[in-house]
Amino acid sequence: MRAYVPDYDLVAPDNLSETLRLISREPGVWRPIAGGTDLMVLFEAGKLPYQKLVSLARIADLRGFTASESHVTLGALTTYTDMQRSEVMQREFPLLVKAASWTGAVATQNRGTLGGNIANASPAADSSPALLVYDAEIQLLSERGPRWMNYWEFHTGYKTTAMHLDEIIACISLPRTTTGCAQYLRKVGTRGAQAISKVALAGLAKMNAGKVEHIRLAIGSVAPVPFLCVETEGVLTGRRLDREAIGEAKEQIAAEIAPIDDIRSTADYRRRVTVNLLEEFLESLLPNP
Amino acid sequence: MGKVRIDLRVNGSAKTVDTYPMARLLDVLREQIGLTGTKEGCGEGECGACSVLVNGELVNSCLVPVLQVAGCEILTVEGLAENGQLHPMQQAFAETGGAQCGICTPGMILAACVLLKRFPCPTDRQIRDGLAGNLCRCTGYQKIFDAVREAGRAMAGT
Ligand SMILES: Cc1cc2nc3c(=O)[nH]c(=O)nc-3n(C[C@H](O)[C@H](O)[C@H](O)COP(=O)(O)OP(=O)(O)OC[C@H]3O[C@@H](n4cnc5c(N)ncnc54)[C@H](O)[C@@H]3O)c2cc1C
Ligand code: FES
Ligand code: FES
Repeated sequence: MRAYVPDYDLVAPDNLSETLRLISREPGVWRPIAGGTDLMVLFEAGKLPYQKLVSLARIADLRGFTASESHVTLGALTTYTDMQRSEVMQREFPLLVKAASWTGAVATQNRGTLGGNIANASPAADSSPALLVYDAEIQLLSERGPRWMNYWEFHTGYKTTAMHLDEIIACISLPRTTTGCAQYLRKVGTRGAQAISKVALAGLAKMNAGKVEHIRLAIGSVAPVPFLCVETEGVLTGRRLDREAIGEAKEQIAAEIAPIDDIRSTADYRRRVTVNLLEEFLESLLPNP
Repeated sequence: MGKVRIDLRVNGSAKTVDTYPMARLLDVLREQIGLTGTKEGCGEGECGACSVLVNGELVNSCLVPVLQVAGCEILTVEGLAENGQLHPMQQAFAETGGAQCGICTPGMILAACVLLKRFPCPTDRQIRDGLAGNLCRCTGYQKIFDAVREAGRAMAGT
């Protein structure tokens, strides 16, 4: 059933303090809306569980990129289109640019935001695996002040997060340590355009004289939360990369992930595809593939 | 909840509407401003029938609460023709058979205009990506691709 529009309220302050005051006055009553590409779908279907919305879209402080020597920081309102147009993103964080390019199509990319993708906390969110391998940190903001947390700690369960009801995501910060790293992201879905993924694997590795100096592996869509495969990373870190190491890593990742059966795919298929994607990434790191 | 007064510019003219802040831009355009060129297909962001431009950027108007575009410049398919002359993209769709039932056409034409602005002479791949969010159940897309290429040529004056 469609939503009955007069039941819903929406305000659009242009400053942070008013927004945070509203949200913390009655935590859980006023909820943020950014680009609306997740929220309006629920609204239209009559499934939006809250009626009072505060639009973040006019708050300039939540927009834009800032680059310091050590980090690139993206405002929560950064859209998929913004990410694709940013030179520093293309150069240093191409996996996020790639994920942005396959998130929906043009109209969704113009409106959908990185903050919204994170807060919406879908296990299939396309930005998650890339954010994980980049060691992203996110800043949460409330009237009580800001706090930083590692992105890998943010998702606590299926669609649950470490964000409190009076908080919003203010920005996402990426350490500028990707120079010289091999980067990989592949999503397997039903078709090319506008498909929710069944499995997505991101990888980032720094090789040194045939050895794995640093590696990050992250998976989306296979479990209730996107996650880093720390055990598989452990098998590879510091090790000479050869067929044997790749074989062990494949076994480890198959054991480490806990794929789910759902409407999009089966656990079996997801496990097999994850192993294949890992193999593809690791083989690309071998000297003469 | 009460209505609010919202000012916007639609196809170059100033409009003021009294409406609920969560009303969808799509409904405001069709029902309050009387511009029914913009269509509703899926109502959930998948089909692009409701595409319009907001400050020059393509959006799905079914997913936009009208309060979020207060003060913005909206372009709908009705705003494309000038002085009784169809826009070259409209002309190309008409001539090549890029429109059949017409439900996808207004959104498709706006998405195609955005595409040509970015890539005046697009490859098939660029057309596919640029129109990926606009679904058509009639034409099989080939005629639409023809129209986009044709409009590209017409607009480049070749
Ligand atoms: C046709 C279509 C295709 C799509 N394809 C993809 C896809 O391929 N991959 C993918 O990952 N997603 C996809 N999406 C989902 C969606 O576009 C993204 O998740 C998007 O990033 C959501 O951002 P938003 O700003 O639109 O969020 P909104 O809809 O505004 O909000 C989503 C949720 O996040 C909360 N929120 C938003 N911003 C903040 C903030 N700063 N702080 C705290 N909470 C916040 C809201 O309260 C709400 O609960 C698609 C959606 C559509 C309609
Ligand atoms: S009606 Fe808006 S995208 Fe289908
Ligand atoms: S012409 Fe009928 S949907 Fe495209």
